[in-house]
Amino acid sequence: MSLVLANSPILDLFGGGATPLEGWPWFFVALLHTILIGLFFGLPAGVFIWAERKVSGRIQDRLGPTRVGGRFGWLQSAADGAKLIQKEDLVPKDADSLLFRAAPYIVVVASFAAFMFLPFGDGWSAVSTDVGLFLMFAMLSLEVIGVILAGYCSGSKWALFGAMREAAQMISYEIPMAICGLVPILIVGSLNLNEIVHYQSGDGGFPSLTLLNWNIFHPIAAPAFVLYFVCATASCKRAPFDLAEAESELVAGFLTEYSGMRWSFFFLAEYASMFAVSAIAAILFLGGWDDGIGIVSGLKSSDSAVAQFLGSGVGAVVLIAKASKLVFVQIWVRWTLPRLRIDQVMTTCLKYLIPMSCALFLAAAIYPLALNQGMGRTDLRSPIGNRVPKRSDENHQASASPAPVLTEVAAAHGEVAQ
Amino acid sequence: MSGEQILFWLFAIMACGGAIGVVINQIVVRMAVSLIVCLASVSALFFLQNADFVGAVQLMVYVGGTIILLIFGIMLTSSSPFSKIESSPAEGFLAAGIGALFLAIIAFTVTQVNWDQQAAMVAAASPAKAVQDGYNPEADGNTSRPLAMSFLGLRPDQGGNAPGYLLPFEIVSVHLLVVLIGAAYLARTKRRAASEA
Repeated sequence: MSLVLANSPILDLFGGGATPLEGWPWFFVALLHTILIGLFFGLPAGVFIWAERKVSGRIQDRLGPTRVGGRFGWLQSAADGAKLIQKEDLVPKDADSLLFRAAPYIVVVASFAAFMFLPFGDGWSAVSTDVGLFLMFAMLSLEVIGVILAGYCSGSKWALFGAMREAAQMISYEIPMAICGLVPILIVGSLNLNEIVHYQSGDGGFPSLTLLNWNIFHPIAAPAFVLYFVCATASCKRAPFDLAEAESELVAGFLTEYSGMRWSFFFLAEYASMFAVSAIAAILFLGGWDDGIGIVSGLKSSDSAVAQFLGSGVGAVVLIAKASKLVFVQIWVRWTLPRLRIDQVMTTCLKYLIPMSCALFLAAAIYPLALNQGMGRTDLRSPIGNRVPKRSDENHQASASPAPVLTEVAAAHGEVAQ
Repeated sequence: MSGEQILFWLFAIMACGGAIGVVINQIVVRMAVSLIVCLASVSALFFLQNADFVGAVQLMVYVGGTIILLIFGIMLTSSSPFSKIESSPAEGFLAAGIGALFLAIIAFTVTQVNWDQQAAMVAAASPAKAVQDGYNPEADGNTSRPLAMSFLGLRPDQGGNAPGYLLPFEIVSVHLLVVLIGAAYLARTKRRAASEA
């Protein structure tokens, strides 16, 4: 696992770029990045909880919070947090107290770990790896352990039933979600999140309509995006799939026995993983940090370190804006659609979503072959810019000598062709 | 001690601690949690070795899959919550004996290896030499890229082409699918017979 700090533009700004930093400067920059990711993890939760209140208010013909913080109730989340910290931390008598206390931390750590792999800008992620998407799904799938432990160790029947439903739902919906995530992987040919975005941005320079490169305009990936988003909503246990917390039947599901900060940790993790799955959707289908008209790739291809830094900053803003819009859609859906029954939830997944996602996966595999027979290229759209997946290091690596492994493989391919 | 060494010792101790926890704890759920600690620490050790893919598979299959199956098994089969497993002294002695034998085998194997020779072989044929030739494991991807290529039969270290691992992999996965369907079928018929009787 490699730290991309050595390639990141912030480091270029601090250390001049060509030589990776060591010792204290490295530690300082690493600390800065850690704090940044922590903020990306913590702040959206507060903002989205406020947005949830406002949006639900508007949809139900109310105003929502208006007073806290002066206008629009924008400090409502902070006030909620202050209230929750002061509440008593209760542990039921029948609970397994150690595991009951540990469960919220497992959930929070699992959804925080997924943030390590998000590329906020071009080459700007805490950890860049060739199996980025796989690792993100693996990290997000650990969340269910915390949920099961919370339910099982509460010593309460409501919590146990809620956790059983929740675990069954989360595990089932992960399957179609991962298969839909594979469709753009087949189109791009890489699991590296940064390369997936590079493929879509095309590195066309400033005035180029890279918008049309995005996977959402691919005939197979467009329905995959819709399916992915449905499954992502379900795996974040959001309405209309919020059976685990169905107040009218199950009190509060696995959260029944929790109070105060531990309860709010579950919500922090829920909103953070909403943001994480939305950011994955933005990266896989909506061009990630690419803005659609080539501003970011234009800035990134400039020689000046400041312009590259600006490019990463703009990219981060673009990615967060896209992910936030998808979170807004999740909130909107929650307050518009009625809740499904648990058997309907499972039927939707096992009988409809999994076959549909498998069909899309097959179609994504066959489509380029069929097109290649007829048209001689693997995509109906004409590519804008250089759409070959670019290696994330080439912008910043001074000595860009090709890897011996890859050249030898290319030679082996040549031999096969002859 | 470098940062990597500190992390190695931390995760190694956590892996061993988790393994001991599985043996010592008597409450089944806590055993499962100790197993999570152990397996997750092992996957962290994989990450420290630049083996992203193996680490991710470890997390996905063992921690995210097998353990959840285990906890579900506990939930559905135990008569009371927090059920305990109390082993008899005879079982303890037997298990300790087998464990000691296994430890002896591993200790024997590790001490018998000629590490200097191994180090020379590693230096001659792998990442370190590739780095000398200009391969940058941090930027060009680490073990997952060669892994994927050898999967397809592209083995630069064996002079280009070699038999790929794709067919064996597919055979194993189809085999696992058959086992899974068979298990579901057996469980289903048993329940139906019980309800008829």
